[in-house]
Amino acid sequence: MNLDYTKISQGTVYDPLNGIDGQVRDIWILDGRIVAAPTDPTVLPSRTIDASGLVVMPGGIDMHCHIAGPKVNVARKMRPEEKRRGEQMPRTNITHSGSMGSVPSTFATGYKYAALGYTTAFDAAIPPIAARHAHEEFEDTPCIDKGFYVLMGNNHYVMQSLMQNEPQKLKAFIAWLLNSTKGFAPKLVNPGGVEVWKTKQAGNVSGLDSKVDHFGVTPRQIISGVAQAAGELALPHPVHIHCNNLGMPGNWETTLETMRALQGHRGHITHIQFHSYGGGDGDENTFNSKVVPMAEYVNANPNITIDVGQVLFGETTSMTGDGPLGYFLSKVYGGKWFSSDTEMESGCGITPIKYRNKSLVHALQWAIGLEWYLLVNDPWRVVMSTDHPNGGSFLAYPQIIRLLMDRTYRKDVLKTCPPEIRNRSTLWDIEREYTLNEIAIITRAGPAKILGLKNKGHLGPGADADITIYTPNENKEVMFEMPRLVIKSGRVLVDQGDIRQTLIGKTLHVQPCYDHELEKDIQEWFERYYSIRWRNYPVDLSYLYESCVVPTL
Amino acid sequence: MTSASTQVNAPTPSVPGELKVIQDATCTFCGCVCDDIELTVKDNHITEAKRACVLGKAWFLNHSVEDRPSCLIEGKPATLSEGYDRAAQILTSGKYPIIYGLSDSPCEAQRVAVSIADWISGTIDTTTSVCHGPSGMAFQGVGEVTCSLGEVANRGDMIIFWGSNPAESHPRHFTKYSLMPKGMFLPNGRKDRTCVIVDVRRTKSAKAADIFIQIKPKRDFEALWTLRALAKGIELDPELVHRETGVEFSVWTDLMERMKACKFGVIFFGMGLTMTRGKHANSEALLALTRDMNAFTRFVAKPNRGHGNVTGADNVVSWRTGYPFGVNHSRGYPRFNPGEYTTSDTLANGEADCAMMIACDPMANFSQPAREHLSTIPLIALDTKETPTTRAATVAFTVATYGINTGGTVYRMDDVPIPLRPAFPSPHPSDYDVLTAIEERVKRILGVTG
Amino acid sequence: MNETFTLIPGRTTDQGCGVSEGKFNDRYQNAINALQVAPSDMTRLGLSEGDRVRLTGEEGQTVEVCITAAKKEELPEGLLFIAYGNISSQMMTGDTHGSGMPTSKGMEVTMELVQKASAHANVEGTAS
Repeated sequence: MNLDYTKISQGTVYDPLNGIDGQVRDIWILDGRIVAAPTDPTVLPSRTIDASGLVVMPGGIDMHCHIAGPKVNVARKMRPEEKRRGEQMPRTNITHSGSMGSVPSTFATGYKYAALGYTTAFDAAIPPIAARHAHEEFEDTPCIDKGFYVLMGNNHYVMQSLMQNEPQKLKAFIAWLLNSTKGFAPKLVNPGGVEVWKTKQAGNVSGLDSKVDHFGVTPRQIISGVAQAAGELALPHPVHIHCNNLGMPGNWETTLETMRALQGHRGHITHIQFHSYGGGDGDENTFNSKVVPMAEYVNANPNITIDVGQVLFGETTSMTGDGPLGYFLSKVYGGKWFSSDTEMESGCGITPIKYRNKSLVHALQWAIGLEWYLLVNDPWRVVMSTDHPNGGSFLAYPQIIRLLMDRTYRKDVLKTCPPEIRNRSTLWDIEREYTLNEIAIITRAGPAKILGLKNKGHLGPGADADITIYTPNENKEVMFEMPRLVIKSGRVLVDQGDIRQTLIGKTLHVQPCYDHELEKDIQEWFERYYSIRWRNYPVDLSYLYESCVVPTL
Repeated sequence: MTSASTQVNAPTPSVPGELKVIQDATCTFCGCVCDDIELTVKDNHITEAKRACVLGKAWFLNHSVEDRPSCLIEGKPATLSEGYDRAAQILTSGKYPIIYGLSDSPCEAQRVAVSIADWISGTIDTTTSVCHGPSGMAFQGVGEVTCSLGEVANRGDMIIFWGSNPAESHPRHFTKYSLMPKGMFLPNGRKDRTCVIVDVRRTKSAKAADIFIQIKPKRDFEALWTLRALAKGIELDPELVHRETGVEFSVWTDLMERMKACKFGVIFFGMGLTMTRGKHANSEALLALTRDMNAFTRFVAKPNRGHGNVTGADNVVSWRTGYPFGVNHSRGYPRFNPGEYTTSDTLANGEADCAMMIACDPMANFSQPAREHLSTIPLIALDTKETPTTRAATVAFTVATYGINTGGTVYRMDDVPIPLRPAFPSPHPSDYDVLTAIEERVKRILGVTG
Repeated sequence: MNETFTLIPGRTTDQGCGVSEGKFNDRYQNAINALQVAPSDMTRLGLSEGDRVRLTGEEGQTVEVCITAAKKEELPEGLLFIAYGNISSQMMTGDTHGSGMPTSKGMEVTMELVQKASAHANVEGTAS
């Protein structure tokens, strides 16, 4: 029997999870997976891709972006003005048309990720009641595997079970909610703060120990409780945290307190750039970077992983599950503002923003992001992200790679920013440059490990055949912005920027076990307060084009 | 690209004479999308629709199996296959094809319709453009502060209806979401809420109001800006306000005091704003007022959307094209321009040269110039029932009714997606089936393989 | 009599139910073919229930429709109400003023009597 093998021949391979750092190797693919080379020398591949002289890496993984669901779609609707003058995405005989701007349409999102060499992406904030919507968009977001995190940090049942000191109920609820939504991980967004926003004008919590109205719990209790429950559920990615006080001068202490509140449990602090500010009282004159002491803490505490949320200069759309933050930003920028409160669950804020290199605050935000990449010693615990589209588009990743790999370029950009930045951050003094192997870690191997994805982020036997092949170039932005080939599930999707074929991709989700007896209590609560029926809430498997259950640890 | 979701919840045929009960069925008549209906089905007919309102009962009890051919070409019965061929031929030979309607189709079918528009470089528009399209434009100008309907039930202590008559258009609105529910923070239900209704006539809804404010016709904009000024503490000439709005100045100052004093205010607004002189400027004034009020307390606004899945149509068209309605693909990529690519305009201006109308009735609901043009161009129509539009169609498909015969997904007016639980099967194809078959043929004709 | 009024079409329960029952059924047709007039306007103009009137819009578009007295206080003087449908839509113009939405509420119309209800009934009586 002739098996239908594909061989990628003689590429220079970067596969950090398997300890391969720039060695020339062959990679064999069968049925969408990477396999060991056949032992029988007479077995020939059906196709050989000559990768000699080219760089081979696993497909990229974006572990924190906003690409689907109600908030993203509202942002698309809200911003026609930036699409007409931007790049257009005409249809071809194999691809749908789409629109760009800072929040691309679904098809455009899939094609653009693939063309960038990214094969997996996770939407970071889906309100559970809208999970069905996110899955519907995923089915129209081709070429990549997808999953999403489920907003829980202001969920009434979560807060109620903490208030009543019922950890078993909390654990069952988290598992039930992940099963019902077909989600991937618990997400905390400004834990407790969004609930306060719903109850009063400009409401928010001020720190880890402010009490949430009506529930009497604190952000600290929510963080500790969910981290512990998620750990007990053995979730592959236990808890993904957007800390309180995002964007506020002086918020670095809140962030450090959040890390402490994990009490040694695994936890991921997301878009940490937005949470690393010194200074106080909204005073621009005191605004500064606190990455040095924070990175020290991260370096010393292996239970913590981070992604950066890099800011890039230019225009974009801020979108968040953090309702009070949306209100704050709308006042700062004065543009149109969307806010939506979702019953029992979450909030949402959207407003257009523009990051200017001449603004000291914006330039500092840019520098703080880069400091994070460069000051965390262990690249396995820091992940590349722009919090697309909040800090900038995912399309900026090649630019970030160049900034990390080329300190001359980095300093050249820094020179265009206000000089005061050098007194308020350490970026000017950092000489570190990333290697290709480290880039492979922070863009694919690391996120795969942090997410608990055993079949992704590496090129060993059993891995999904999601592979990106680059043409080496001195200018790393050029090298990474147009891969030579992008292979997804063993199929060549992109050839030098041209889409050759498409697929829809899998949906990654978890199915943790829980005590079903406790569902009765959840149902009773649900039926008292929700505006839809209990039976119409869970998303069934028919909404997933191809379900892929990621096992618990 | 096939959607797995439409295959779920396929209804089982009734056993003759036997009663079947469907729990938690979803009514798709209006934007309330009530999903708590209990249907009793006997011999492929719904005999009872518990908890449904008067409109919901009419919807469920009158959609039995239509005794008509599934396909008519030029008024004569034809096979479905002939109908699909003819439809594909019409859509691919036009220079300015338009696809319109979609607000009474599930999202799964809407997605196929957008694909067809994409492949044929056509224009896709939904009934939003003649409903809350102006509110969509206003939203693009100022944004929107809003919430899900459960938030209204649990927190809304001041409920304002402006240019909206839910007693007749959304009969369960008051009881299920906005006035009567005993919510988490409103244990006494209606007693804990203040209801204000602003309208140009004393509608049937006015009875529900604690305060009814009757303004002059076409003066919504002036009235809303009066409130915006009062919110900001700007001095106004009381007589001028009275003259312009038709309402005593003191009524407005009293209303503003109450608005500032409430904890969670909600304004539901209707087509009284969007269809009247000012249109998007009216909606924009209301959305801006709501935003302004958040400097004093929490306030949200929400358009009372009409048709069952018009909100789904907005969402589907937006996620696929980036724009909510009135999207033109003639350059191969989506462009948006209300007033140009919207159906009232493409028809009345005589630009469209063929049309596919899905679950809508422009031959009865559009302006005379639009109808006159539509009657001169090849027309494909999909509807569950005979309408003036299906009568005028070159190719007319009788389709199964969503939520009664077929499954799928519907978005409530607050963007909450809800699955359908159909009651009994129909011999007619669903609009998803028809559109998928047409799409296959269109792709074959155009050589599209994606 | 040839006076200017403001026409407000809108949804009603009968119209909504009629859509489901079928657009060619009596309930729907009756619902969308009845123009509500404020009783005081009817008295002032000497109109009675069932009279047939002609409405003329700003571009000369016309419809003929029978009138019915609006329920107590529902309509202020000068306003006309009709259930949304075929008749009301014929009074819209093709211009959307760049919005996609034709002006469909608050239309300026003139109303004139075409036939008294009594005459109308007699004609029908003769025909049967």
